[in-house]
Amino acid sequence: MPASLDIAGFAVLLLLALAVLAPLLSSVRTIQIPLAFSLSAVASLAAVVAGIMTVASGSVASATISIGLPGLPFHLRLDPLAGFFLVVIGLMGLFVSIYSIGYVKGYGGVRSMTQMICFYTLFLAGMLLVVLADDAYFFLVAWELMAAASYFLVMYEDEKGENRRAAFLYLLIAHVGALAILLAFGVMAGQSGAPGFVGYTFNAMRSAQLSSGWAAAAFFLAFFGFAAKAGVIPLHVWLPEAHPVAPSNISALMSGVMLKTSIYGICRFAFDFIKVFPWWWGGVVLALGLLSAVLGVLYALMQHDLKRLLAYHSVENIGIILIGLGLSMIFAAFQMPTLAALALVAALYHTLNHAVFKGLLFMGAGAVLHATHVRNMEEMGGLIHRMPWTAPLFLVGCVSISALPPFNGFVSEWLTFQAFLLSPALPHPLLKLLIPLGAALLALTGALAAACFVKVFGVVFLGQWRGHQKPERIHEVGPSMLVGMLLAAISCLLLGIFPTWVIGWLDTIPEQLCGAKLAESAGKFGWLWLTPIAHERASYSGPVVFIGILVVVAVTWLLLHVHATSVSRVPIWDCGFVKLTPRMQYTASAFSMPIRRVLGFLFAVREQVEIVPHTNHPALPGSLQYRLRIRDRFWNWLYAPQGDAAYWVARQVGRLQQGRIQIYLLYSFVTLIVLLVFLG
Amino acid sequence: MTQAFAVQLNSLLAALILLTAFALLAQRKILGLVHIFAWQGFFLALSTAVIGYASGEHHLYISSLLTLVMKVILLPYILYTLVRKLKIHRDIDAVVNIPTTMLLGIMLVVFSYHLTAPIRELSNLMTRSTLAVALATVMLGMLMMVTRRHAVTQILGFLAMENGLFFAATSATYGMPMVVELGVALDLLIAAFIFGIFFFHINTTFESLDVEQMAKLKETD
Repeated sequence: MPASLDIAGFAVLLLLALAVLAPLLSSVRTIQIPLAFSLSAVASLAAVVAGIMTVASGSVASATISIGLPGLPFHLRLDPLAGFFLVVIGLMGLFVSIYSIGYVKGYGGVRSMTQMICFYTLFLAGMLLVVLADDAYFFLVAWELMAAASYFLVMYEDEKGENRRAAFLYLLIAHVGALAILLAFGVMAGQSGAPGFVGYTFNAMRSAQLSSGWAAAAFFLAFFGFAAKAGVIPLHVWLPEAHPVAPSNISALMSGVMLKTSIYGICRFAFDFIKVFPWWWGGVVLALGLLSAVLGVLYALMQHDLKRLLAYHSVENIGIILIGLGLSMIFAAFQMPTLAALALVAALYHTLNHAVFKGLLFMGAGAVLHATHVRNMEEMGGLIHRMPWTAPLFLVGCVSISALPPFNGFVSEWLTFQAFLLSPALPHPLLKLLIPLGAALLALTGALAAACFVKVFGVVFLGQWRGHQKPERIHEVGPSMLVGMLLAAISCLLLGIFPTWVIGWLDTIPEQLCGAKLAESAGKFGWLWLTPIAHERASYSGPVVFIGILVVVAVTWLLLHVHATSVSRVPIWDCGFVKLTPRMQYTASAFSMPIRRVLGFLFAVREQVEIVPHTNHPALPGSLQYRLRIRDRFWNWLYAPQGDAAYWVARQVGRLQQGRIQIYLLYSFVTLIVLLVFLG
Repeated sequence: MTQAFAVQLNSLLAALILLTAFALLAQRKILGLVHIFAWQGFFLALSTAVIGYASGEHHLYISSLLTLVMKVILLPYILYTLVRKLKIHRDIDAVVNIPTTMLLGIMLVVFSYHLTAPIRELSNLMTRSTLAVALATVMLGMLMMVTRRHAVTQILGFLAMENGLFFAATSATYGMPMVVELGVALDLLIAAFIFGIFFFHINTTFESLDVEQMAKLKETD
């Protein structure tokens, strides 16, 4: 039986080989697309297998490859934490690769498939290498490979100015983040005291003895860098720009998986490298997590662009994951390993869940986009009739992200709540008071997310078609896209019904990082009941809830259909008003209006109503125009001033450019004289 | 020829080189500038030969010959034909007027003597006293480039700077290694061709060789 590291290496090599070989097949498009994406699916599956094996056995394997610069070999290491993220990446890579076979056909003939396949495979390979890397140099090479490949994928439809702008913004923020990560590694390597370039390996960083100031500098630099990639508020602005314009299979991967590599990085830095830290680090992570969760969902509620809405939900979910991480760090700082393990498992579980359901939702949004060619929700409606398979699969994603049982989102948020509710055990009076407030905010987030997805599903799939084109032209998507979504939906259900098994499987990670196991107490009552700490405190049974729901649905269905009555379809009752049109339906902006009124101060809202009077009589309104523009306040607060400052500095420096040769020569002359005066 | 006489002669030649450098600053006519430049090259070649004779470094004779061919014959010839072909005989105007330029030049010479004072104390080469002149020639060449508006004068300023550098090398260390000197000579020749081509292009684009015209290339906001 091959070692798990070999399987992971095979996955990476297969993906890299595909990136190289894809151009050779560019003339035979009919073979190129299925072959390339099914081989990426195989590679992803290999990564999943390697990850599952590693996490289950808790083994640590490492290897050194002597390529790269002389004296600076690449180090690889596969431990349970890396293995878990291999599973996250591989699972979504598998689903999205299957989905892509059908999805990219939508670009048929218009665009180069070679470009898509090359960057897609490089992107997947980059993400796998990020979690496998065991030295700072290799990590940053992989990190940049991932960033550059995803930049080109965001730019895929590069004839639109909007896409180029979004891709540039993404690249800019990704690089500011990468710079911070580089500095963090520099601090770690410099303070590790190891001679030469030995300090750049992760092993040296693990054993480094850092003073508390340098440790804080390293952690917060790394946290800033990873937060920029993860889209933590206020570094989130690139997310709602880049995710909507990327092809949907790429958005699914970026939102579902790529953001998670930064969660990996934060875990690696906090629990693996630094290990001992004061509680306020966790407090900062927790506070930013709460801010991202609440503001992310509020901004999501205000969006009408389906994919932009989902992008803001990624901000929210990254926030929820960070809440778990922050709590885990606080518990770890107070030497409470069991609670730290619980919060860490909650965060990791939500990482996996978010990858699956957000991937599913983006794939669903892609299917809708593929069929209708519109992104604006106000122009959709009634798609449940035109797309009878996509609709229920999308609904599964909606229910999961809204944290409703029996799906997976509920389990991880419930675990996070458990961690919150156990925080009064902390030996710090201020935290005892403040942390339960966080639980209230998390509850608010959950409720708002549910409201948001009621809006999404109701407006997109229910009601009647609002768009301009004829709804008869919309068709259900092809089988490969449905299979990709179906697999993700089944994963959502299984992860929600059998949490005890997942926690038992995950157990090696908290054991290695926090020094405590959870499975013993969580799985005390077998696979049926999940009891995270003790059954007296809280317990949840996914299977029982699922069976209960099934029974209720079945009974209702039987009661409704026990008398064999034929369903007759008639026009909607129009209350005697004969000119009923689909445009009179409840709209997405109308749905979110109450929340916009209550919490409007958080947004930059501009609302304009313009009544054009009728030509015959001024009392009769001819037409009414309603304009609504909602902008992210952070753009004006943080980014616009920086942009303006950069322009101002550039203009001042631009004065140096006189356009006259004499002036330029004078610059050199004066420099020469000044240097001679000072050095002579 | 005794050692002392050689040093005297070298100092005289250094003075003549400095004089030509000032003459370059003062001259208004382009053809006049080319002539002065040729004279400067001639004095330089002579000085190199004298140093070579006095120090016993015989490779300096080759340098001297090279200087003679390049800077007294070839480059002035190329410039002369360029000026004839492009029909630029008229007076050229400076950004800063000539008396002021001369005053600035004098200040630069004083500055060079001040700079090289510590070297004069330490060195025991017989050419040590001319190092200040060499440095001054470099700076005067640069000053010429800064204060003149015509492309040809800027090239002449550049070539004068090169002369100064060459002179500095011979006075500071009895010349650079032969390979380097050959390389520099080749570079100069190629530079001459390149600026020749550029003159034609600038002239056809702007219908003038006044570099002020190039300010039009500036990006505007």
